Amino acid sequence: MVLAVFRAAGLSIPPPPAWARWISPLVLLVLWQVASMTGALPDTTIGSPSEIARTAWDLIRTGQYSDALVVSLRRVALGVVFGVALAVVLGLIAGLSRWGDAIVDPPMQMARTIPLYGVIPLFIVWFGIGETTKVILIALGVAVPLYINLTAALRSIDPELREVSATLHLTAWERLRYMIFPGALPGALVGLRLSLAVAWLVLIVAETVNADAGIGFIVNNARTFLQNDIIVVGLLTYAILGLATDFLVRLAERWALRWQDGPAR
Amino acid sequence: MSVAQQQRTEPLVRLRGVSRRWGDIVGLDGIDLDIAPGERIAVIGRSGSGKTTLLRALAGLDTGITGELTGATTPAVVFQDPRLFPWRTAVQNVELGLRGSDPRGRAVAMLAEVGLAGRETAWPRQLSGGQRQRVSLARALVREPDLLLLDEPFSALDALTRVSAHALVTDLWRRHRPALLLVTHDVEEALLLTDRVLLLEHGRLVHDERLEPGQERRREDPDVVHRRAELLARLGV
Repeated sequence: MVLAVFRAAGLSIPPPPAWARWISPLVLLVLWQVASMTGALPDTTIGSPSEIARTAWDLIRTGQYSDALVVSLRRVALGVVFGVALAVVLGLIAGLSRWGDAIVDPPMQMARTIPLYGVIPLFIVWFGIGETTKVILIALGVAVPLYINLTAALRSIDPELREVSATLHLTAWERLRYMIFPGALPGALVGLRLSLAVAWLVLIVAETVNADAGIGFIVNNARTFLQNDIIVVGLLTYAILGLATDFLVRLAERWALRWQDGPAR
Repeated sequence: MSVAQQQRTEPLVRLRGVSRRWGDIVGLDGIDLDIAPGERIAVIGRSGSGKTTLLRALAGLDTGITGELTGATTPAVVFQDPRLFPWRTAVQNVELGLRGSDPRGRAVAMLAEVGLAGRETAWPRQLSGGQRQRVSLARALVREPDLLLLDEPFSALDALTRVSAHALVTDLWRRHRPALLLVTHDVEEALLLTDRVLLLEHGRLVHDERLEPGQERRREDPDVVHRRAELLARLGV
């Protein structure tokens, strides 16, 4: 609306500077703080930003926070390692051979349709309420998006490059190393980003359902004692961890896809 | 024994009754052809006449051909588009799959030969269309092929770039002397770059036009002008 009026008046609007993206989050934060201080937003609903910061600092100072973080990170790390290994092995089998695809793909597509959170009760019966259930849940959540993206990337490798490989008499290993792996890497990294997002979601659910340690345990405890500030600290932790892993994969993407950078001719 | 006699007795590639069919569709229909070592041949014909099918058969890319095809131990192909690996630099593309000693050194030398010294570490997308096709040419020639197969390699280039690419191919042929088979739509290009023009029609060889071998020709030469008109007439243009 405003833009249209400006244009109609023949005025051009300068593009926003980089820091413009910080304006609205900061304004929201200030509004929240003011609402808490004036009592418009009662403590029993949610604490003020400054109180939450104090709570976070207390948790860090007493060492509870780092203990919980280590437990949660370990769950995710194990789940991601197993999930990625599973997806890569099955993805290569299905993506590189038609027989492999015929045999591996149907069960994977079936597994995809099973709601992951729905199997939690079954897993608890099978594996108990310990770490195994959580790690397996995360591994399965990670494996599916990576598998789907990896097989699609492997199948979409340019058939013209396959022909070039034939005329250059590349060995099977050279084809894998110089054509298939680099060609499938962009798609695989997209899959990995999706997988890591799923990993954090599954962690949250698994930890909230039952846990005796970890970020989710702290959050659950806080709920029992109506400590809303601690719940918010837990939420922020999950958000920051998710952003951090996404950032790491994006760094890896930038390096692996550096051949796409620079001015095109 | 003259060179001509030797060539007649020992062809580099020998095709007898080479055919290719996909069901009812005929790609090639009983091709008989001898290619002498170092000979420059152009294959012209309308779209769908079997030009590229013939080239793919010679490149060993088509396992469905019938008939007898012998010779050419090390064919190399330059395709219509450069088909470089986008995630490999220019020199990495040239050295890919290269056997023997010092592949990097040979790849660098060949890039210099096609006029790309200093661009070794450029990614393909940082190169112009003409430069990419030069990399593709270097990738083919660095393998020291006895038969160089060119599948309309200049058709995507602009007119000026095409002229310099023509000169480069002639120059490289003089230095390395592979047999050369050029598939093209362009009759003039065929007459300027090669010494023998084959006309394909519905998968059959219908005309074999020989010119003075190894001669430098210009588009305004009366002989070229005359043959061009004649070949265009045969193509029904």
